[in-house]
Amino acid sequence: MANYVDIIELYRGKKGGIIEAFHALQNEFNYIPEEALGLAAKTFGISEAEAYGVATFYSYLSVKPRGKYIIRMCESAPCHIAGADRVVKAIEDYLGINVGETTADGKFTFELCECIGQCQATPVVTINSEPVFNVSPEQIPEILSACK
Amino acid sequence: MAQEYRVLLEYADKINPASAADYINVGGYKGLEKARGMERKALIEEVKKSGLRGRGGAGFNAGMKWSFVPQDAPVKYVVCNLDEGEPGTYKDRIICQKNAQALLEGMAICGAAIGSSQGYIYCRGEYPFVVDLLRRAIESAKAEGALGDFDIEVRMGAGAYVCGEETALIESIEGHRGEPRFKPPFPGVEGLWGVPTVVNNVETFACLPYILTRGAEWFAGIGAPKYPGTKIVTLTGDVVNTTWFEVPTDMTLREVIFELGGGVKNGKKFKAVQVGGTSGAFIPEANLDCPIDFDSMGNIGAALGSGAVLVLDETRDIVDVVTRISKFFEHESCGKCNPCREGTFRCREIMERINNGNGSEKDIENLQVLSKVMQKAALCGLGQAAPIPIDSTIKHFKHEYLRKLVVTSGKGGH
Repeated sequence: MANYVDIIELYRGKKGGIIEAFHALQNEFNYIPEEALGLAAKTFGISEAEAYGVATFYSYLSVKPRGKYIIRMCESAPCHIAGADRVVKAIEDYLGINVGETTADGKFTFELCECIGQCQATPVVTINSEPVFNVSPEQIPEILSACK
Repeated sequence: MAQEYRVLLEYADKINPASAADYINVGGYKGLEKARGMERKALIEEVKKSGLRGRGGAGFNAGMKWSFVPQDAPVKYVVCNLDEGEPGTYKDRIICQKNAQALLEGMAICGAAIGSSQGYIYCRGEYPFVVDLLRRAIESAKAEGALGDFDIEVRMGAGAYVCGEETALIESIEGHRGEPRFKPPFPGVEGLWGVPTVVNNVETFACLPYILTRGAEWFAGIGAPKYPGTKIVTLTGDVVNTTWFEVPTDMTLREVIFELGGGVKNGKKFKAVQVGGTSGAFIPEANLDCPIDFDSMGNIGAALGSGAVLVLDETRDIVDVVTRISKFFEHESCGKCNPCREGTFRCREIMERINNGNGSEKDIENLQVLSKVMQKAALCGLGQAAPIPIDSTIKHFKHEYLRKLVVTSGKGGH
């Protein structure tokens, strides 16, 4: 596993690059660890409070640990009318957690999200940002069991 | 029979979008070559004359926008808004996945017009695969020497709808929370890192190569005279063909939905269409003969917006759909200004009450007052547009609200 110090160092000097650095940290850790956030703030010359403000503004950034697989269910109007509610229920039932929670084994985090721009095939779920199309509640066990 | 008119997407799936060589083989980068041979002023005039207006929703004349940039500023930026977050919209993704080089060329043409050598593409965080594609496309264009001294960097957002607003987008590129700025100053004068910046939508930029190679008059002659060209629309919801089409801007909504779209799914009847994304108005059947161009849509109290077309069949519960939309805006409000922060919260609260069968006529009146306040007082387009789905459905589908109200004085109810 890469060191957060090295990851942040890659973005030093990049104007406005703190969000890019946050993305890179998340690619490695699935969230932004507290000590990494502090170092990023220092590297980009802003206060820790400001860096925290940035990290918590964006829904795709997280300052809390998340699972290896981040499952997101789109809830926007096109997915809503295509039955997103029933898929949400199926995911919660399968994983045994509610929206916003992570499974005890640290494997899955389940989040709701807004439109991901794949509205030709609603409802849509993403697994670590990879879209899965035309999802029905019945397919959920098969889709999630494929995450090893 | 209404037909597609493909300009931006003529070579969709026939060329590799990342390959500059493929694009050059079908006539690409000729527009930029022409643009570089022109005086800046003449180039801006040519774009003005084409009548090209912003495809992101605001519909502002692109050449006019460029003309506000001070000529003598030493550093200027060209920024592409690829933060398409309007639910039901995926046209910018399609443009990138089918014809990414046209976007790069368009940005370089803008660079030539305003005297900028640095472009940024702000891509939404939901599209990491588009970020990869664009980076490969930029590499390929550079390897072919197609962009000359114009450089483009891709930055990725992180899931904030408000960053589609140009000053919020600029804040985000600068590494800040994506909160809109007060305007003026407009980005054309004081934008990214305080210097003059042109922010245009993907589709706007991608039109430019064709305007340059085929001429402003050719472009001005396509579709609606006051909003010429083509528009890429994305059809979603209860329509047979849930896909994208590139159409001339004088095509009517009825043609888009019933001819290209194949009509309502499963033999059901049409109830409403929401155009322009989730901030758009709901349009009843009586207005379907309206052309999709910016001004015609404005005349029926709607907006073309991003070109999303969400069709609802006769069985859909309008109040339920609008309640869901009100949750979207509450979630996406950045919280900077009071009318939006409190307004989207109250809209959602009242809509839920009505949707759950606990609303009153007073709630409907309050929504209408709140809507007026938000449209006038919110800082940016998010808060101004958030109540439009509510307003337009109270106007056209009030009976659906009334039948959900608590029966008190014999009015409303079933």
